[in-house]
Amino acid sequence: MRPVDRAIAVLVAGIGAFALCFVDAARLRATAGPDEVERTRLVARLRLTDLALFTEARYTRHPSQADLHSAFQDHPLALEHFPTGSLIAPPGGLTDPSLRVGAGGKAP
Amino acid sequence: MKLWLAKQRYLIDFTLASLARRKTRNLGLLAVYTVLVFMLSSVTLYTHALRQEAARVLTASPEVIVQRMVAGRHDLIPPGYIEKVGRIRGVQKIEGRLWGYYYDAVTKANYTFMVPAENAPVAGEIVVGPALERSRGLAKNNGISFRSYSGKLHSFIVADVLPQASELISADLVLMSEASFRAFFDYPVGHYTDIALSVANPQEVRNVALKLAAALPDARPILRDEVLRTYASIYDWREGIVLALLSAAILAFGILAWEKASGLSAEEKREIGILKAIGWETGDVIKMKFWEGLLISLTAFLAGFVAAYVHVFHFAAALFEPVLKGWAVLYPRFQLTPHIDGLQVATLFFFTVVPYAAAVLVPIWKAAITDPDSVMRS
Repeated sequence: MRPVDRAIAVLVAGIGAFALCFVDAARLRATAGPDEVERTRLVARLRLTDLALFTEARYTRHPSQADLHSAFQDHPLALEHFPTGSLIAPPGGLTDPSLRVGAGGKAP
Repeated sequence: MKLWLAKQRYLIDFTLASLARRKTRNLGLLAVYTVLVFMLSSVTLYTHALRQEAARVLTASPEVIVQRMVAGRHDLIPPGYIEKVGRIRGVQKIEGRLWGYYYDAVTKANYTFMVPAENAPVAGEIVVGPALERSRGLAKNNGISFRSYSGKLHSFIVADVLPQASELISADLVLMSEASFRAFFDYPVGHYTDIALSVANPQEVRNVALKLAAALPDARPILRDEVLRTYASIYDWREGIVLALLSAAILAFGILAWEKASGLSAEEKREIGILKAIGWETGDVIKMKFWEGLLISLTAFLAGFVAAYVHVFHFAAALFEPVLKGWAVLYPRFQLTPHIDGLQVATLFFFTVVPYAAAVLVPIWKAAITDPDSVMRS
């Protein structure tokens, strides 16, 4: 077997494995379908708004519902207490006030 | 065409033999290159899958949540407030939500206590989330007591445990009846935590929120879009942090690749000189080096990407888990559903394969156009 044939065989195997990733992803998505329906149903039933990822403080447990001063609740220049606070971004409405409802907008 | 193919095959044969002559150096480069692609792919695959998961699951969350603010803080909704919100045109369905936090000194974790709008447990019973079941060693029909903020001990029977599949959204939940909730937190009658709204026409959600903010200046409407945007930004931020940490590794690889690609060794220069002296054309030398760059970068990309896929979706991203997932006392156990973004893969391919293949060519072209005699003597 010539070196070029060996190289082609390795590359074909690599491309095959790369394509298999997409096939496997589709398979896992199909398998996870019922679980996802279950999660979505629970979100609708309980009117949930956030993922239960970080439970240490109210503004990390429900970042989308946090009030605008929650990260600095002790005093305005307080440093963040929790490790999550340095890893997750502030809520969208806090960093871009123009996106916040009621900020500069007028009721029609 | 057949002739062209045969020529390319011979060129690749020669390239592989040339690479084999500097085996350790080239294998080392391939290994570092593969690890770099693996790290970048792991981060992008993981964060994209988590963003998609949040976006899909939270599309079922309420269209608008209305909070009442007092002195910049979230306050309770007083009696009569729901009726005022209900008078706004366009509001289809309105209901007060009852939920709050409870710190459990036993597990040193916060739970979210909540009253479901439908199928609430009967008074004295609770339904718990899977992480809480694990951390407190609970099972169906077990009893559990919580000391309320007023100091009274309240006992509950665990009527059910929420399904494991929902852990990502329900890990720390404790569902209870309205009567139990109000008794536990001494919650004033007629007050609610916030209000969930649904709007008749989905196109009008923003307008309804604006009307609401105008009619009730102390109200803070939070749209579902804002919730989804918050989750998109959380993982953009986290991905950015990981990529910033990885930037040192990327830079080191860049220097290594540039060094390898731009500074030809004396041996390589001599090889090019000999090839030209025995009749190879400049184009052939460049093609040979092009194959070299492509073979190394393509192999590294394919191996790195496949390893990253297996790492993220079959081994739960074990290597980057602490940084990518974050941490909490009650951390949900969840398996991400793979969602591979074609554009992301294409971008990764472009930024890992193309620069290397191109960087190899420039010095070779410079060496290949000089006189063979001077190249061999230098």
